[in-house]
Amino acid sequence: MQFGIFSVGDVTTDPTNGRTPSEHERIKAMLAIAEKAEEVGLDVFATGEHHNPPFVPSSPTTTLGYLAAKTEKLILSTSTTLITTNDPVKLAEDFSVLQHIADGRVDLMLGRGNTGPVYPWFGQDIRDGIPLSIENYDLLRRLWREEDVTWQGKFRSPLQSFTLAPRPLDGIPPFVWHGSIRSPEIAEQAAYYGDGFFHNNIFWPTSHTRRMIELYRKRFEHYGHGRADQAIVGLGGQVFMRKNSQDAVREFRPYFDHAPVYGGGPSLEDFAAQTPLTVGSPQEVIERTLSFRDYAGDYQRQLFLVDHAGLPLKTVLEQLDILGEEVVPVLRKEFAALRPADVPDNPPTFASMLAAKKAEEAAKANGGNGTETSSTSNSSTDNSNTDNSNTDTTNSTETNSEAVSK
Amino acid sequence: MTTLAVISAGLSTPSSTRMLADRLANATVTQLGGEDVQLRVIELRELAHPLADRMLTGFASDELQRAIDTVVDADGVIVVTPVFASSYAGLFKMFIDALEPRSLRGKPVLLGATGGSARHSLVLEYALRPLFGYLGALPAPTGVFAATADWGDTAAEGGLSSRIARAATDFAQLLGAKAPADRGPAGQLAAADRDWGSDEGFADPVEFSSLLDRVRR
Repeated sequence: MQFGIFSVGDVTTDPTNGRTPSEHERIKAMLAIAEKAEEVGLDVFATGEHHNPPFVPSSPTTTLGYLAAKTEKLILSTSTTLITTNDPVKLAEDFSVLQHIADGRVDLMLGRGNTGPVYPWFGQDIRDGIPLSIENYDLLRRLWREEDVTWQGKFRSPLQSFTLAPRPLDGIPPFVWHGSIRSPEIAEQAAYYGDGFFHNNIFWPTSHTRRMIELYRKRFEHYGHGRADQAIVGLGGQVFMRKNSQDAVREFRPYFDHAPVYGGGPSLEDFAAQTPLTVGSPQEVIERTLSFRDYAGDYQRQLFLVDHAGLPLKTVLEQLDILGEEVVPVLRKEFAALRPADVPDNPPTFASMLAAKKAEEAAKANGGNGTETSSTSNSSTDNSNTDNSNTDTTNSTETNSEAVSK
Repeated sequence: MTTLAVISAGLSTPSSTRMLADRLANATVTQLGGEDVQLRVIELRELAHPLADRMLTGFASDELQRAIDTVVDADGVIVVTPVFASSYAGLFKMFIDALEPRSLRGKPVLLGATGGSARHSLVLEYALRPLFGYLGALPAPTGVFAATADWGDTAAEGGLSSRIARAATDFAQLLGAKAPADRGPAGQLAAADRDWGSDEGFADPVEFSSLLDRVRR
């Protein structure tokens, strides 16, 4: 199972001292936080994408490109990449280049974006949010998978004989998650393609999260990608920890009370009871996080939000130390012990997808058995390889990537 | 059995708004004759904080959700609000805003309002009726406005009691005409018209290929 952090990238005044970081400071802080994530043994860093103040991450692949050079193992991802207002051709290019730079350590999470005024800045209309997601992603997939694309749609100029350059690393497109809080079409979209589904899980009660994930799992099976319990699920979470629970609450309360999303609303205690927010000791965070499994089933990726609401960088880095030292090692062990053997423990990674592709090619070369069922067995092949991707396959991929870059 | 949700947006205790709500509810029960009627009263004052939280966080607390479910599941709704600044009370509107857009569609509603003087009485027609029209509800043709002076008016003809009785009669007829089975559930809408953000998409998912077909040429 993968553990990591996701950042909104908000510039928020620290309510305890009235200090507002500059955009430059915030961007540098995000980079420091991501590098720290690798240092403490987390698996994933995901950056948000926003195009209006008070947010800084308007160019995610720039940020992730830097991190690709500064890290060794961290999977670089997004939370989310706007599939509505970004041109799918440019997205395909940006993430293809990033994938080469990072030797495959890239996946991405697509989302619609909920800020109406942003859409017209990019020539779109929020009322077309769902159709834009559907059309743009359908094109994005083709650009990554087909060498010669002739295409016509509603929202973008047609393409004739377009070839994406560079092609995805080793011909393997990055794994895609679809993130949505409450739109069933997006769960449907993730299920249809056999992609991952991510629920941010932090602003709403768990009943809403459960409903979205149940729909995704049911439809994943419906579309023939495997059993419902084998679908690839990711969840968000929001934590603040200190050794003593009371200290955590005391320190976090002013940040909670003034947070951009829920500040001025419910009390910290009510909000923590109603949503997955956990403010307390590492043990409390472990127990709460394990309880996500009760409504989400066995899932493959857990991302925590730790750097928002004006928390100073030093505090965020301390949170990452606690996550890496005291929380995640226990969660890895506990989740693994609960997971049935035939449920994937990780989402498809570049390494596992490459291994699956090679296995398929080898099978083909050995007389072509298994090709007929490829449409339904693709994802389950990915999954079964994912099970042991943490060990052997990683090495073989590194070798392979080196060969490619030479 | 008929279930009626009774929404009172009165702020004081005791409240003339609640008094009018109770009178309308009891009169409706009388008009429905021997029918088994269950009344579920919702005092919005008790939900003021959860409503403010709902506006800020986007989701309802358990307590508020129970009240919303009560209204959505009811066969009919009696609403009574005080008049503030020539319209319904802000607290009342906050509750209405917390309902899913289509959840009152086709639901009989009895409109009531209270105010200091009879000069506000058209608030029923100018403020409440358009609101419930917009929501696709079925407001009964007669509503009741009760001014302070009305509570002392015991005239048999034209007094508050007779107006309540008339409104309850109209409302009961509407309830009788709308047997639960004819109340078209929103889920029967064509796929193109469905409100994707609501419960409909979960109960009855649409094949993704049909969504793809809509964007593909």
